[in-house]
Amino acid sequence: MKLLVCVSKTPDTTTKIAFNGDSTALDTNGVQYIMNPYDEWYALVRALELKEAQGGTVTIINVGGPENDATIRKGLAIGADAAVRVNTNPGSSLDVAKQIAAYAKDEGFDLVFFGKETIDYNGAEVGAMVAELLDMPFISFASTLEMDGNNATIKRDIEGGTETIELATPFTLSAAKGLAEQRIPNMRGIMMAKRKPLQVVDPVDVTQHTTVARYEMPPEKSAVKLVDAENMDELVRLLSEEAKVL
Amino acid sequence: MVLVFAESVNGTFKKATFEAVTYGYQTAQVMGTHCEALVLGSAENAAGLGQYGAQKVHHVADTSLDNLDSQVYAAVIAEAAKAAGAEVVIMSHSSTGKSILGRLAARLDAGSVPGANAIPTYADGVLTVRKPVFSGKAFAHVDISSDIKLVSVMGNSLAPQVVGEDASVEALDATIPASRLTVKDVARVEGITPLPEAELVVSAGRGMKGPENWGIIEQLADELGATTACSRPVSDVGWRPHHEHVGQTGVAIRPNLYIAAGISGAIQHLAGVNSSKVIVVINKDPEAPFFKAADYGVVGDLFDVVPRLTEAIKAHKAA
Ligand SMILES: Cc1cc2nc3c(=O)[nH]c(=O)nc-3n(C[C@H](O)[C@H](O)[C@H](O)COP(=O)(O)OP(=O)(O)OC[C@H]3O[C@@H](n4cnc5c(N)ncnc54)[C@H](O)[C@@H]3O)c2cc1C
Ligand SMILES: Nc1ncnc2c1ncn2[C@@H]1O[C@H](COP(=O)(O)O)[C@@H](O)[C@H]1O
Repeated sequence: MKLLVCVSKTPDTTTKIAFNGDSTALDTNGVQYIMNPYDEWYALVRALELKEAQGGTVTIINVGGPENDATIRKGLAIGADAAVRVNTNPGSSLDVAKQIAAYAKDEGFDLVFFGKETIDYNGAEVGAMVAELLDMPFISFASTLEMDGNNATIKRDIEGGTETIELATPFTLSAAKGLAEQRIPNMRGIMMAKRKPLQVVDPVDVTQHTTVARYEMPPEKSAVKLVDAENMDELVRLLSEEAKVL
Repeated sequence: MVLVFAESVNGTFKKATFEAVTYGYQTAQVMGTHCEALVLGSAENAAGLGQYGAQKVHHVADTSLDNLDSQVYAAVIAEAAKAAGAEVVIMSHSSTGKSILGRLAARLDAGSVPGANAIPTYADGVLTVRKPVFSGKAFAHVDISSDIKLVSVMGNSLAPQVVGEDASVEALDATIPASRLTVKDVARVEGITPLPEAELVVSAGRGMKGPENWGIIEQLADELGATTACSRPVSDVGWRPHHEHVGQTGVAIRPNLYIAAGISGAIQHLAGVNSSKVIVVINKDPEAPFFKAADYGVVGDLFDVVPRLTEAIKAHKAA
């Protein structure tokens, strides 16, 4: 099986978010970057498990500049066979999707994996976009994936439950918690990653339909009001009369 | 015209759908135009969407649309949007909406904003939409400049508003492409409001010591009519099911009231709950970081405080 995993780079989950002077970009001072958790923990690892069980190759792809190479190498260290970076700073989700689709369309991938969403833009839309561009089914929020030859059974998370779906390759999916267990790269993986191919490809031209005009911080919370642990009637009164949520 | 894809579940509409229609109606007002709705598959009261501001409801009643295939849905919605001359297409930011929005954007080569949490502004053909980014730590104002504009609406961002009467329902004859997948089973927990839609949430963390102690949390939730949630370590070790895990790597929620007991308030936890309107924190450690993000705090042992709170709510309801 030929597997493609789309991986993005995001600020570490502990990052304190701040913006530049005119609030048009993230202030990257001191920001640590990681591979988007859903891509690394679930999408990539499930792809590796399938390869280990049935043979095949796992390629990872990222759309971004050379500063993303360290993140991409981590994916190779975890076990991907090869990597592709489309060399552009994408201007929108659709830009990312068009770049991935332009690379993937003639490669004959059986399965294309995405994360559920990026933890910076929280879009949950790139996977669906690529699926449409490649004319493939898309199963979002997969929490289990079982393959039997070319046939897959997938459970996907829906509000308050799960949906069970059957379909055949080729298709795309986005990975939610449960799909796999996080793997920590070992020393051997890290050494081998250095020799694995990281192909840099040129982007296709894309017209941007969306731009971030500006960022804004949500209003600050006022200080916490402490209520005596013995007096829960008072808390209920505050919730009902002051906060008006009961 | 603003077209709202009105999602139905087993033929009925949920609150999130009424929110989306209200959002569509208000967006249409901002743009100086009107709002229509599109219903796919079985639906019991499509005309009722008129009450939330849809002037007309288009209905593709084919029962093959009762289950979601994002590829089929996107094709039908795109065709309907073009036929009706929609400038904006709106849907819920639900598991269904998230599966479709991106497909539509690619199919129509249109700009999209996923998860809007405020009514947009409109000037010179550009729609500016606010959405949370960095897991709720900030907002982005995104300009959409394409001819057709796509927006999905974050749940609980606005209250559904009745503004009119039932609308006329027109059958729409759309081409329905063959599906390449089979939905074998749809399993939903009955009787409980799913977390993303819940207005009241009671959540607990490692301070609970073990799964056997969750009775007091469930009693509090029952008394309030709230949905239960938990921190990540608690679901990781299997004390609670995965779908209860809230936070940056779990479900993101925005209830009116979030009560957290025995949760320290790590930044990754806050990322999924910081959009809650009111936060109550119960923790025995006065230095717990969660107090900084809370509206109301109780410093104390949750094993005493939670049952006491349940009693107080019972008394409040009786009064
Ligand atoms: C990449 C990444 C992603 C993550 N994503 C998430 C996420 O999505 N969601 C999430 O929740 N976490 C997430 N985490 C984990 C997060 O960093 C914290 O470890 C986690 O939230 C802590 O869970 P907790 O508050 O239940 O436990 P603890 O931090 O152990 O806190 C327990 C709290 O209970 C209090 N307590 C103990 N006994 C009592 C008592 N009797 N009465 C009252 N209070 C008591 C203690 O004072 C303490 O504050 C993530 C971490 C990483 C690295
Ligand atoms: N720049 C990128 N390069 C490669 N894949 C990406 C990129 N951005 C997003 N993705 C993939 O698309 C998924 C959803 O992203 P988003 O729509 O931004 O939430 C991510 O989890 C990744 O799998």
